[in-house]
Amino acid sequence: MDLTPHLPVLQVVVPLLSSPLLLLLRPRGLAWAGAAAVALLSFAIALNMALAVAAGIQFSYAVGGWEPPYGIALSVDAFSALILLIVTGAGAIAILAGKPSVDREIDAERQPLFYSAWILAMAGLTGIALSADAFNIFVFMEISSLASYVLIAGGPDRRALPAVFKYLIMGTIGATFYLIGVGLVYMMTGTLNLADMEARIGGVTDINPLLVAAGFITIGLALKAAVFPLHVWLPNAYTHAPHMITVFLAACATKVAIYVLLRFDFFVFQANLDRHDVQFSLFLMPLALLGILVASAVAMFEGHIKRLLAMSSVAQIGYIMLGASFITEAGLTASALHMFNHALAKGGLFLAIAGLACHYGDLRLARLAGAARSMPWTAAALVVCGFSLVGIPGTAGFVSKWLLLDAALDEGRFAAVLVGVILVSSLMALAYVWRIVETLYFKPAAQDVATPTGEAPLPLLLAAWLAAIANIGFGLFPQFPLELCSAAAELLLGHTL
Amino acid sequence: MNLLELLGYFNYWVFAIVLTVGLYTVIAKINLVKKLIGLSIFQSAVFLMYITMDKVEGGTAPIIQKGMENQVFSNPLPQVLILTAIVVGVSTLALGLAIVVRIFEAYGTIEEDEILDAD
Repeated sequence: MDLTPHLPVLQVVVPLLSSPLLLLLRPRGLAWAGAAAVALLSFAIALNMALAVAAGIQFSYAVGGWEPPYGIALSVDAFSALILLIVTGAGAIAILAGKPSVDREIDAERQPLFYSAWILAMAGLTGIALSADAFNIFVFMEISSLASYVLIAGGPDRRALPAVFKYLIMGTIGATFYLIGVGLVYMMTGTLNLADMEARIGGVTDINPLLVAAGFITIGLALKAAVFPLHVWLPNAYTHAPHMITVFLAACATKVAIYVLLRFDFFVFQANLDRHDVQFSLFLMPLALLGILVASAVAMFEGHIKRLLAMSSVAQIGYIMLGASFITEAGLTASALHMFNHALAKGGLFLAIAGLACHYGDLRLARLAGAARSMPWTAAALVVCGFSLVGIPGTAGFVSKWLLLDAALDEGRFAAVLVGVILVSSLMALAYVWRIVETLYFKPAAQDVATPTGEAPLPLLLAAWLAAIANIGFGLFPQFPLELCSAAAELLLGHTL
Repeated sequence: MNLLELLGYFNYWVFAIVLTVGLYTVIAKINLVKKLIGLSIFQSAVFLMYITMDKVEGGTAPIIQKGMENQVFSNPLPQVLILTAIVVGVSTLALGLAIVVRIFEAYGTIEEDEILDAD
């Protein structure tokens, strides 16, 4: 039997069904093994689909044999294949490598619950990327969000609790705004299938409810994606979450929300609403620019290494939105590629930090001084990923930033401002990454901090180096992700003509 | 727009007002449980919007029975959607309250300003 046509549904069903089963694996370590197997299987499915999509195959799947637009449809194109690759890749690496870190932070008897929630979060995120149905996206969004709240609050740090409460409030408001928007579109078109929506929306005579819907959906998803200034939930949630959860969420959670935002705005609204492109750019470009500058500036003066990188995430989301707000093929390609590269860089950074955290209880920069002397390999992986974050030539971050600059140069009279902002913010990124390097390599160790006895645990170290090597590898040979990204950009724009 | 037209949108006015009341409560209240109450009110408003739009004038409950084949039925789809959304809302509320309980255990208070002072 050939399973290929069923890959889209397997992608979400495998983790969704195995999540409750993991609860039953009480003996020590078994839940981890189960979760790792499921995550690897998901990654294999995603990789399979990405290769097929790169070879020109498009997947569409009618769940239960109910044909769209009546049934729920799943579809995989270049853009969703890219997102699936990021989500399952981040999940597989974080679960596989994260055992030493999770063992430190989560009690043994609560680990089955923890891994079950983790796999559930992954199922939700893959579901969002797969679904071609607006309401189904909402349901998967809430599945993944509820599971992420549990994961973030699962660690030993009590400051995670107020952080996660704020995330819950803002995340729910975002999802509810999205729901209002979908309701208004349904009211005017009578369909929930995205492709059907696009076809029918042109026949709507009263355009006002659709404008309101576009507003609600954009704001709601911007909240979920932590677009500046709706990012206030992100820094604390990332800082106080268990370290491996930070790796997972920083690599993929906000990107999935951006994916839905772009899909909705480009597929459904762009083609049909007059002047929607202008409004979209005018709304998002200033926010993206402000986000890049403000968040980078805050990161420069931040004293806690995890919050520093969380603020940098807000700035990187700014880059992704900036590329999208050009509404050109070059801009969208840069934007999609930056999603991929940022997941690599930030995932690697947080993996290395999880390694540091196995020896340092307190992750403020002042306490980490001199760490490179006793943990040279961990620190070196951190530096390589940091350089990719800045965009040093030869790393993955450079490729997407270069493409973004290239796209910005085509923006006519704004070009000078845009290029200026990108260059200034890259210098700022260099400044905050250099602060980390300086602390780790050149500062004398704080007197009352015990010197670490060795390197980070081997699985974490290997994963961090895998990410570091991937950063260099995809910096020198970016063909495969770039192919997917330019296909994704073409797809998004194909619907704006 | 005359008065009757305004009244014709009665349910939507209620939707807008309830939505705003809920959102205001979430933003303005410092007590975490009150914030969650506000969040629930905010979500309920959306349920009302969906239920309002599925009502067909003169329509009855969408259940096919003998002798009722030619009846006008209300649209069942938004009702199903909102059933799902209610479940989502309940789980969010339950999780939110669970987090508030843990905040109380860890901090001894559920007032946001006192929690901020504690760290």
